[in-house]
Amino acid sequence: MLSSLIRWLDERLDLEGLIAPFKHKTVPTHRFSYWYFFGGVTLFLFIIQVLTGILLLLYYRPGANEAYESVQYIMTRVQFGWLIRSIHAWAANLMIFTAFVHMFSVLFLKAYRKPRELTWVTGMLLLFLVMGFGFSGYLLPWNTLAFFATKVGTEMAGQVPFVGKAMMIFLRGGPEVTGATLTRFFGFHVAVLPGLVTVLIAMHLFFVQRQGMSVPPKIEAEWIANPSARREMKFFPNFALREMMAWYVAMGVLGALAAFFPWNLSTKADPFISAPAGIKPEWYFLFMFQTLKLIPSKVWFVDGEVLGILGCSLVGLLWMLLPFFENDKAGRSKAWITGLSIFALVYVVGMSVYGYLAQ
Amino acid sequence: MCADQAPPPHDASRRRAIEIFLGGGILASLASFLYPVLRYFVPPAVVDLGGDEVVAAKAGDLKPNSGKIFRFGSHPGLLILGSDGAYRALSATCTHLGCTVQYRSDLREIWCACHNGIYDLNGRNVSGPPPRPLTVFDVHERGDEIVVSRKREA
Repeated sequence: MLSSLIRWLDERLDLEGLIAPFKHKTVPTHRFSYWYFFGGVTLFLFIIQVLTGILLLLYYRPGANEAYESVQYIMTRVQFGWLIRSIHAWAANLMIFTAFVHMFSVLFLKAYRKPRELTWVTGMLLLFLVMGFGFSGYLLPWNTLAFFATKVGTEMAGQVPFVGKAMMIFLRGGPEVTGATLTRFFGFHVAVLPGLVTVLIAMHLFFVQRQGMSVPPKIEAEWIANPSARREMKFFPNFALREMMAWYVAMGVLGALAAFFPWNLSTKADPFISAPAGIKPEWYFLFMFQTLKLIPSKVWFVDGEVLGILGCSLVGLLWMLLPFFENDKAGRSKAWITGLSIFALVYVVGMSVYGYLAQ
Repeated sequence: MCADQAPPPHDASRRRAIEIFLGGGILASLASFLYPVLRYFVPPAVVDLGGDEVVAAKAGDLKPNSGKIFRFGSHPGLLILGSDGAYRALSATCTHLGCTVQYRSDLREIWCACHNGIYDLNGRNVSGPPPRPLTVFDVHERGDEIVVSRKREA
């Protein structure tokens, strides 16, 4: 039955020709192959986000007077609403986590080098956009924590010299965080960002398909020295099935977290109360938040805040252009990039933990 | 294993068992994802917070031979002060296709603009497409409030 349907389609659309390249595609097999799965798992979590996001849209109402109540309604009245929202919130956090793991694994396995510079650049843009998803989605339940996080986050954008003020007003839809901000963030979260991310994911995957998986230089050297050690596996079905297994594990972890640790809602945002004590951003912004806290309020004649924000933006930009600093001839330049990568990992993890523990 | 050589029988049954476990597992997973989603699609029943009684108007709001729409829970109701000075209250939802009806002082009848359905002041469907009469509510005056309530079942 199914095979005759496939045959019918094949006769008309030449499906064989379409999947032929995938039949010949192979994936290098070595002791670091497992790191290849994190990109796929991030993609999987993004798909989960699209699906659960659409489900949430069935009941969510943007607007300062309705947003909190509609989320409360989803969580208390709609059947399995708590589960859908919990999955959306947990998958968001896991997706940012796996995106970071993917970024660092690409860095340490040196997969960003020529000819894969553009894959790295699109990947970094995706990482920024995913953090934008986190920031904009965080406000949508319109609870106290989200309200103040958005106030602080948009205020930071306002610190940038010359364009900052305009940027802040653009983000907030006015000089203050109000219902207008919620409307904007809702638009970014469900229309602008998904569109951009979809295009970038398509590019990112297209590059990966065209160029194949990168082999770490260390492994490549071992294989050149000993050609019989070279191992590969077929992309389909061998690698694809393993990838499915990884997705399945991710789904299990996600389901367990969502069911056993349902995301809570806290209290409704009120613009006329003081910020609660110990207020902190989401964990993935903590390392930047903590960095900004440590910079003195005046450095020479520049405002500490301004310096910190410009510094962070500059580091982000340079990080995105990292592959272009590595020329493929010299062996020496590679060492400093590895050193820098280790430093970055230690810094991000260390500052996050410090930020989490700090009062 | 050679492809052209049939596998021994016990091997085939092992393969079959794996297929059943794997296929059954995937189906069970899909069912466990789909069940919550299907339940999620069904919106919770709307609670009618209106209760059985509502203040539809204040005495003097209405002139004789006129009507007004009031909220009865989540549905519209129609309150009419007849030229005889008596209040009448009915459901304002047309029994044809659910439009909201209005009082026509020129006809002294209740009229639905959507498909020209006409009811008399007691809610009986007298002409046009409406298949059933409008539900009639009880009206009584309490101080200067005109209170509308559902008819008690006799």
